[in-house]
Amino acid sequence: MAMAVVMLVDDEVPFVETMTKRLTKRNLAILSAFSGAEALEKLKTQKNVDVVVLDVKMPGMDGIETLREIKRAHPLVEVVMLTGHATVETAIEGMKLGAFDYLMKPCEVEVLMAKVEEAKLKKGAHEQKILEARLKEIIGRGRG
Amino acid sequence: MAPEVSTKNRLANGGYYRSLTRNMILTVIVVSLSPLILISSLIGVQFHTSYQEKVMDHLQEIVRKHKQNIDSFLNERLANVAMLVRVHSLKRLSSEAFLKEALSLFREEYGGVFVDLGLVDEHGVQVAYAGPFELKRANYADAEWFKRAIRSPFHISDVFLGLRGLPHFIITVRPVGARWLLRATIDFVAFNSLVEATQLGKTGSAFIVNHNGDFQTRPRFEAAFSRELLTGFLSRKTVEERVAVFENDDPTGRTFLYLMTPLKNGQWILVFMQAKNDAFVDLYRARRWAFVILLLGGLGIAGTSVLLSRRMVQRIARADREKEMLNEQVIEAGKLASVGELAAGIAHEINNPMAIMVEEAGWIEDLLQEEEFEEGAHIDEFKRAVKQIKTQGKRCKEITHKLLSFARKTDPKVVMVQLNDLVEEIVALCEQRAKYSNIHISMNLMPDLPTIHASPSEMQQVLLNLINNAVDAMEKSGGNIDITTRVDGAIVVLDVGDTGPGIPQSNLARIFDPFFTTKAVGKGTGLGLSICYGIIHKIGGEISVNSAVGMGAVFHIRVPIPKIDGKKATSRS
Repeated sequence: MAMAVVMLVDDEVPFVETMTKRLTKRNLAILSAFSGAEALEKLKTQKNVDVVVLDVKMPGMDGIETLREIKRAHPLVEVVMLTGHATVETAIEGMKLGAFDYLMKPCEVEVLMAKVEEAKLKKGAHEQKILEARLKEIIGRGRG
Repeated sequence: MAPEVSTKNRLANGGYYRSLTRNMILTVIVVSLSPLILISSLIGVQFHTSYQEKVMDHLQEIVRKHKQNIDSFLNERLANVAMLVRVHSLKRLSSEAFLKEALSLFREEYGGVFVDLGLVDEHGVQVAYAGPFELKRANYADAEWFKRAIRSPFHISDVFLGLRGLPHFIITVRPVGARWLLRATIDFVAFNSLVEATQLGKTGSAFIVNHNGDFQTRPRFEAAFSRELLTGFLSRKTVEERVAVFENDDPTGRTFLYLMTPLKNGQWILVFMQAKNDAFVDLYRARRWAFVILLLGGLGIAGTSVLLSRRMVQRIARADREKEMLNEQVIEAGKLASVGELAAGIAHEINNPMAIMVEEAGWIEDLLQEEEFEEGAHIDEFKRAVKQIKTQGKRCKEITHKLLSFARKTDPKVVMVQLNDLVEEIVALCEQRAKYSNIHISMNLMPDLPTIHASPSEMQQVLLNLINNAVDAMEKSGGNIDITTRVDGAIVVLDVGDTGPGIPQSNLARIFDPFFTTKAVGKGTGLGLSICYGIIHKIGGEISVNSAVGMGAVFHIRVPIPKIDGKKATSRS
């Protein structure tokens, strides 16, 4: 079974393809999208996505916009930003909007792997907490 | 660009400046000397003419006066003798005792002018005589003067030697109707000295000649007087009072001036002669001095113009050089900006392909780890090559990232920034790294520093770059970094100084150029300072550096305080 389900979003097709191969080899399940809109579309059907690796600079719907939409529709999905720019502002804005972290392109695949794992753990922890909260709620209800 | 090219050409060959110098010198000399020469020659000619006239007038006046003196001398002596004749009878005059008395009276009165007195009868025999010579009974019947004197009531003879063998002349008076006459001898020496009293300068002297050209007094320069002059003078029907002027060269070549006027009713001629250069000695001296002054003045003007022109042209050359440098700086600044834009564009386009290349290399690396390749002969070499591709890709990434921040197209937010806060923040970030290199960072921040319009992140980048550079420079030696903020007029100044090895003069001009670096290959991109340059210029400020080898370096950043809310900003902080 795959370690995590990751969606790669970038307008650069060769980049996405190579990353898909490399990450698949590292035991990740990869979904790919070549624009923000496509990513949102796929997320609607693919409920098991853990982490989205999102390029900031894309034509049409850009990374920040896509991030906002993802977080709005799927608050639990973690997003790791990939930027070509060394713009601190964009990164900070992304973090404010709830991105898990950001990485500079091109990045080491190991670094990306590590980030994805962390994100997945965080997501797991979140889900766990939600689960526990639910349990508490149910138990509390039962007691009450 | 044309003026720059011409300036460059000027600087390239010194010919332009040489001809400029020459033209300036010539212009100054011509302009200042020509009026000087014109005026001095004009005045010179005028002065020459009027001075000559003045001298001639003066000489004529002297001669006229002299003529009067001599005429009156002769007339007076004549009157003396006439008086004797008129007052006393023949009988008394015939008495030698009386004559002696009269002579001594005359001598007493007129100081030796009268030599003797004698009474001569109609036959030319001196019947009575008083004087130093034994001339009683002397017979003058054949003497020239007697022949003339016996016919006229008065006579003044020419100078002659006579019986006594000494030069003298005689005054005779014959009463109307009488058959005798009284004669008086006038001392030649006394008369001569009267005439000779007219001496001027070195050569000016007067003498008297009769119509035949015989000298009646002793001239100082006998040879100089020629008889032609006399005939020339006599041929003119000169009026009694007129003084005639002649010029004549003497045998030695000297030019003499002659002034002649008739004396004694035209029987004698008073001649005054003087060498021309002596008569006009003052004029010639003045002319010599004027010439010397003109010459010295001309030399002075020429020298001054050469000196001044040289200095002026040197100054122009220096100004041209400075202008040239300034032009280069302006071009450099423009180049810097356009290079920045270009670089950003290129960096952006390159970044994505670069990412893909690195990923593909990574994919190859992944595949190499699979078992079937483990046995390959060159497996290690493949691994090394892929790793190298990844390393170089990372290097490219660094460059492109820096290039992108050097000239970003999207303007970062500009807000009011308190520089002091940023400095403290960045110093806190850098202190750890500095400490490892034994570098101490000290801050000297002006309290209540006015805020400026800038992007905080960009200002942080500038500060970080400057501090990092300083730390890099002193990584091995250690030292101090001194950060100062202050206000200079309407400008906030931030200085970052270090005690590092300094920047060589040759590098100072290029230090803000993109890709200029002194760091080892792969260590620095040469973009740090050009990024700073771009950022500071974008907010209307200036960045400059002062440094010398061994003296450390100080970077100055000057940012204007915004005008409108400057006061508000100050009071708020």
